[in-house]
Amino acid sequence: MEAVHDHHAADHDQYQPSGLMRWITTTNHKDIGTMYLWFSFIMFMVGGAMSMVIRAELFEPGLQFISPERYNQMITLHALIMVFGAIMPAFVGFANWMIPLQIGAPDMAFARMNNWSFWILPVAGSMLVGSLLAPGGAAGTGWTLYPPLSVQSGMGMDMAIFGIHLLGMSSIMGSINIITTILNLRAPGMTLMKMPLFSWTWLITAYLLIAVMPVLAGAVTMLLTDRHFGTSFFSAAGGGDPVLFQHIFWFFGHPEVYIIALPAFGVISEVIPAFSRKPIFGYASMVYAIASIAIISFFVWAHHMYVTGIPLTGQLYFMYATMLIAVPTGVKVFNWVATMWRGSLSFETPMLFALGFLFLFTLGGFSGLVLAITAVDVQLQDTYYVVAHFHYVMVAGALFSAYAGAYYWLPKWTGHMYDETLGKWHFWLSLIFFNMTFFVQHFLGLAGMPRRIPDYALQFADFNRISSLGAFGFGLSQLLFLYIVIKTIKGGKKAEANAWGDAPGLEWTVPSPAPHHTFEVPPVIK
Amino acid sequence: MNTLVRWLSATVLGLMLLPGTASAAWQLNLSPPVSHAGFVAYELHNFMTLICLVIFIGVFGVLGYSLYAHRKSKGHKAASFHENLAVEIAWIAVPFVILVVMAVPATKALLDLRDTSEPDITIKATGYQWKWGYDYLKGDGEGVHFMSVLATPRDQIEGKEPKGEHYLLEVDNPVVVPVNKKVRILTTANDVIHAWSMQEFGIKQDAVPGFIRDAAFKAEKEGTYRGQCSELCGKDHGFMPIVVEVVSAEKYAAWVDGQKKKMAAAMGDPNKVWTLDDMKAYGEKVYTTNCVACHQATGKGIPGAFPALDGSKIAIGPKADHINRVLNGKTGTAMAAFGGQLSDTDIAAVITYERNAWGNKTGDLIQPAEIKAARK
Repeated sequence: MEAVHDHHAADHDQYQPSGLMRWITTTNHKDIGTMYLWFSFIMFMVGGAMSMVIRAELFEPGLQFISPERYNQMITLHALIMVFGAIMPAFVGFANWMIPLQIGAPDMAFARMNNWSFWILPVAGSMLVGSLLAPGGAAGTGWTLYPPLSVQSGMGMDMAIFGIHLLGMSSIMGSINIITTILNLRAPGMTLMKMPLFSWTWLITAYLLIAVMPVLAGAVTMLLTDRHFGTSFFSAAGGGDPVLFQHIFWFFGHPEVYIIALPAFGVISEVIPAFSRKPIFGYASMVYAIASIAIISFFVWAHHMYVTGIPLTGQLYFMYATMLIAVPTGVKVFNWVATMWRGSLSFETPMLFALGFLFLFTLGGFSGLVLAITAVDVQLQDTYYVVAHFHYVMVAGALFSAYAGAYYWLPKWTGHMYDETLGKWHFWLSLIFFNMTFFVQHFLGLAGMPRRIPDYALQFADFNRISSLGAFGFGLSQLLFLYIVIKTIKGGKKAEANAWGDAPGLEWTVPSPAPHHTFEVPPVIK
Repeated sequence: MNTLVRWLSATVLGLMLLPGTASAAWQLNLSPPVSHAGFVAYELHNFMTLICLVIFIGVFGVLGYSLYAHRKSKGHKAASFHENLAVEIAWIAVPFVILVVMAVPATKALLDLRDTSEPDITIKATGYQWKWGYDYLKGDGEGVHFMSVLATPRDQIEGKEPKGEHYLLEVDNPVVVPVNKKVRILTTANDVIHAWSMQEFGIKQDAVPGFIRDAAFKAEKEGTYRGQCSELCGKDHGFMPIVVEVVSAEKYAAWVDGQKKKMAAAMGDPNKVWTLDDMKAYGEKVYTTNCVACHQATGKGIPGAFPALDGSKIAIGPKADHINRVLNGKTGTAMAAFGGQLSDTDIAAVITYERNAWGNKTGDLIQPAEIKAARK
């Protein structure tokens, strides 16, 4: 097998420090991918702990555990950490590990920059978490950082701004690396339209990131100068406009939703065919759907701003454009269902998570469609309906997809099969508790409970209690995943090169665990 | 189209009422609307939800069959098809048509919602951290203005006494409007962005500092309606409710009368000379309503976020600086300019209180006349 090099022969000519220095200096895409994945899981635990505090405070009416200002800091950091610290790095971790393996490349194109993109993250993460200790606490504005509230805040806000700058740099470098790798290092015969869909989603996501991360950086820089250097971009008193920030933020923020969702789609598009034992249905239309979603995502940002006072024509345009996204998203869902149709289905943990994703992400898509309708959104804007909607998309969407990918590729990463029984437990507990936490929040929102409040009126008490209990269960269930992963690393049934018997893709042609260096001689694709 | 919307929404409504939603605690849908815009939004939401439900059941019915029939464990062999142009075009075209069907009533509803023309009464709602101010600008009641602050006692929030029926949804001065009159609400804010919302009327409008936005409603049923600030505006965002009482024309006229008398009385006599004890006692009340959220009852503030008044340079320094700070606020912070919100007497009283409460023992007595002079 030419794809694999003898381990000693591959390593003897390069300096390979051991211990901590190995991880700090590594330029190997698999090492860096592993670090991304661990970092994201640690951040997931930190952000998750914050959500436990939030749900504990909301367990019953009244103020019990934390003050309202700490509560605002918790919701802000929970979101920033989950979006930028957990979900995005998780998919970059998948990209680092799997893109070279899927396209037959020896490593990422810019190996040293790859190391740098990762090591910026812990600094940025510490800046965000550390801002809790700043005088006046962390930013308490919600992750959207709307001025003038964000201009009022203390230095915790400055730390958040710098943290976001760093995270943006890391994302941009990672994206340049992914685009260059995919466009230049594909194995001979691996045309773009033969490329696995996971790599396709990342190619498009990377372009989205390069397009919008600088926009976010611009927005928070303007915030910084408004705060400290006497500018008035967002202050009416100086000729600015607070709503300008919202336009810039959501011009970043809406594509950001797809930056998270597209790689999730990619993982699902790998897992469903593998466990249906049937090629993906409508490969070409999948690629076009991904591209259309990415392009439309630039033209819908103000649907987050229906009640800010944008003109009627603006509301109409953004409503129609937003509804249009349902078309390519529908194509993807129909293609997944058609892939399973008349397949030979089996239900290992990755497939279970993929199915969970499919049901719940579609549900989140529907609530998104309801929210797209301006007159209805006016009723639901800034209520728990919105909270329920985006958690269906972010947790049942992105997180479930990340779990599907993790269980699917764990045998490749570790060389061992994970414990299938525990994996199934993890899935069913997550599924039940997720819905217990978030489904009832639709009702809270419909009944008018605003989001981002630490205390609420008595008629919301019952659903909030159910939601909190669900959240505690969901939080605990995720510890099971940590246990399963550690157990798999330490031992377990030996995984074959093709751990799933007949899963498609180049990654399954190299041994499990994947050797440190793969495809030093490119494979030939028929 | 309208008949279809109405028919479908009646079905959903029926389904949702089945499990006995009599108790508000288990409310499963939007609150029953009392205005045209609210009613349209209510029906539209039901219509959308029902269509989504039908599609969901359709798609996942197919998937469910597949999950049952096409299992490896049942020995099902995988087919090898992986594209079909006709099917792929169909599932682009059909959803598009469904979207157009949704867009028609959605457009009509939005046009209705945005019609704020020819109001009977115009009220300006100003968001402050953390209360609402209302000015009746035009129509019956012109000239009435008041502040509306959370009425729930702190002890209920902290769990020291049982919570009342309208916990967190009650205010000292509700907005009062006549039934069946078109009311236009202008929103703006003094400090950060707030949002004025009332679900039963079908409206929610951000209040943006430095700008005026508007929304309108015509309430068709008398009663008390409760909403909340709907844009995160800092620490006490969850504690600035909105209460609107819809009353008959006669009651409204009586209320306007009473309001005007109250306003005249509240102005106080700026030339009256007060004693230190009276001023302190009155000042404590003003402090509790306006200052306590940030500077706290102890006067210690919240370190890092809101400065202490106990021992602060302003509160025990020169009187003029103290008066200036309360009248004009401090830009870039949450300290509002209270000059426009409070009367001379109120401001004199609160400053007197702050200079003589806690460890502050200046012995200073500020008279309303000094504030009146400082305003110039």
